[in-house]
Amino acid sequence: MSPSSSGPAGAGPAILVQGLTKSFGDVHALRGIDLSVPRGTVLGVLGPNGAGKTTAVRILTTLLRPDGGRAEVEGHDVVREPAAVRRSIGLSGQSAAIQEELTGRENLEIIGRLYHLSWPTARSRAADLLKQFDLVDAADRPAKNFSGGMQRRLDLAASLVGQPQVLFLDEPTTGLDPRSRLGMWDIIRSLVAAGTTTLLTTQYLDEADELADEIVVIDRGLVIASGTAEELKGRVGGDVVEFTVPDRRRVADAVAAIAQVGNGEPHVDTETGVVSLGVGGGGSDALIQAVRGLDGAGVETRGLALRRPSLDDVFLALTGHAAEDEEPQSRRRGGRRKARNDTAKGES
Amino acid sequence: MTAVAAQGGAPGSLARARWAVTDTLTITRRNLLVWMRVPAYIVFTVIQPVMFVLLFRYVFGGAIKVPGRIPYVDFLMPGIIAQTAAFATFGTAIALAQELKKGVIDRLKSMPMARSAVLAGRLVADTGRMLVTILIVVGVGYAVGFRFRNGAVPAVGMVVLATVFGLAICCISAYTGLAIGDEESVQAFGLIWLFPVTFLSSAFVPISTMPGWLQAFANNQPVTFVIDTMRALALGHLPIEANLLKSVACLAAVFIVFLPLAVRAYRRAG
Repeated sequence: MSPSSSGPAGAGPAILVQGLTKSFGDVHALRGIDLSVPRGTVLGVLGPNGAGKTTAVRILTTLLRPDGGRAEVEGHDVVREPAAVRRSIGLSGQSAAIQEELTGRENLEIIGRLYHLSWPTARSRAADLLKQFDLVDAADRPAKNFSGGMQRRLDLAASLVGQPQVLFLDEPTTGLDPRSRLGMWDIIRSLVAAGTTTLLTTQYLDEADELADEIVVIDRGLVIASGTAEELKGRVGGDVVEFTVPDRRRVADAVAAIAQVGNGEPHVDTETGVVSLGVGGGGSDALIQAVRGLDGAGVETRGLALRRPSLDDVFLALTGHAAEDEEPQSRRRGGRRKARNDTAKGES
Repeated sequence: MTAVAAQGGAPGSLARARWAVTDTLTITRRNLLVWMRVPAYIVFTVIQPVMFVLLFRYVFGGAIKVPGRIPYVDFLMPGIIAQTAAFATFGTAIALAQELKKGVIDRLKSMPMARSAVLAGRLVADTGRMLVTILIVVGVGYAVGFRFRNGAVPAVGMVVLATVFGLAICCISAYTGLAIGDEESVQAFGLIWLFPVTFLSSAFVPISTMPGWLQAFANNQPVTFVIDTMRALALGHLPIEANLLKSVACLAAVFIVFLPLAVRAYRRAG
């Protein structure tokens, strides 16, 4: 999709990060992370709010200087050769960075001009992207009349005007409704299929699972695990028995009733009353034992089931806390608005 | 504004200089398009100053006596024009704070465009917008009896001085918008400091009618220097040299201090 760089980019990875550190005062946003993203692949950077995801993206896109370590994009050092890095990247951030008073078409044409395309080229590039992102009907309306999903699509289109070799998507679906989210996933998949190297941050585990070839889990500024979605799921150690206890006073009884079943401590979400238990390869035997135990204790449960581990379970196993936990001590500086979690997780 | 172009590698310095100019023009064009799309901006920059002209000309004007034989409308218009230029800069801070918050500035900074262009394009567009506003207010002034009484060249000089004055305050506004970075706070803070410096000047009433302690401030602040110079250019027969020198010195000081501050705030913003 994109021409190869004129710089020293060659056989190495598209993104290379070694020992990257960044602090804001007492807040250590990054405490030495390593990443390597081969060309044409998608890296999912997974972590809760404040884990350091956005700080890493801001360093890699030359918006922020690291305190220590090394970061290269397409073989160009982000500190020493920021201009070369900027020529190879596209960035789509957490909010729609578009001029709402202007039309979709005008937004893209102006970005094209700022990439030093001629007017005719900027126009045809805008028209192509509007078509590709299903925005043709709305193209000549002010972007402020767009839905949230359309604005994010326009923002993503804007990040592709320069035909980047490497695309950075910082929480591309945060704040979107579930349907727009699925639409966004389709678009990202098609970009990836076209061969654009992509670094995608997300706090949605299913999103990383869907889109990424390789996933790194970061928490409190450190990479705590990496691998494919399947490898990470393997870390939990097999299947999970999960059920809900509607009567919260009986949760303790339920935990006691299944104490002999699993190969570890059950995890209890006290807010929702959801109890989950890793059962290794035990599968259906474990499920039957759990049913007997709970029945014997007279605990009423709902939605008792055996399932494959999700990345939620991985996160829990790796960090001891759920992925959605807020980490107030490591929030980014500037107090920028953080979009709410949407409904796609944790419900139903 | 120096060409702090983003391109370090391939393009030569000539290409970079050319891009700094074309990028600035692109951003200018974008900003002017936005301005024309938002009715509130037009109201703010055109209707409000016209209201001020009518208010002072017909409501307060009758109660204000100015020394000499100068009609009040002639005394008033240079003051209104300076105030119009100063208030027009409010939009500079708001626009930059909005772009910062929405991530527009992040996007532009991550692109291989001239880094100076965002700020330069903002200042150029806002100065153009201000000039339009000034000319409209001059036109309204003519409709209510104001006349330039010192010839065409000094009249143009007055408009130029008003525009340079507005541009200087634009730099302050750009700095506050980028440094504060939060639209609501900018909105709250934006005009607060401009009210005292414009009203506690020779803009609307002769300073000699103010209490002594206030005269001490009003007589020795930059806005009075600028307005007295503008008045002398528009009307003639008024002392000009000292005020012109003081105006130039004050405006130069504002540029020297606030332009680098605004550039630094832009670099750090995000």
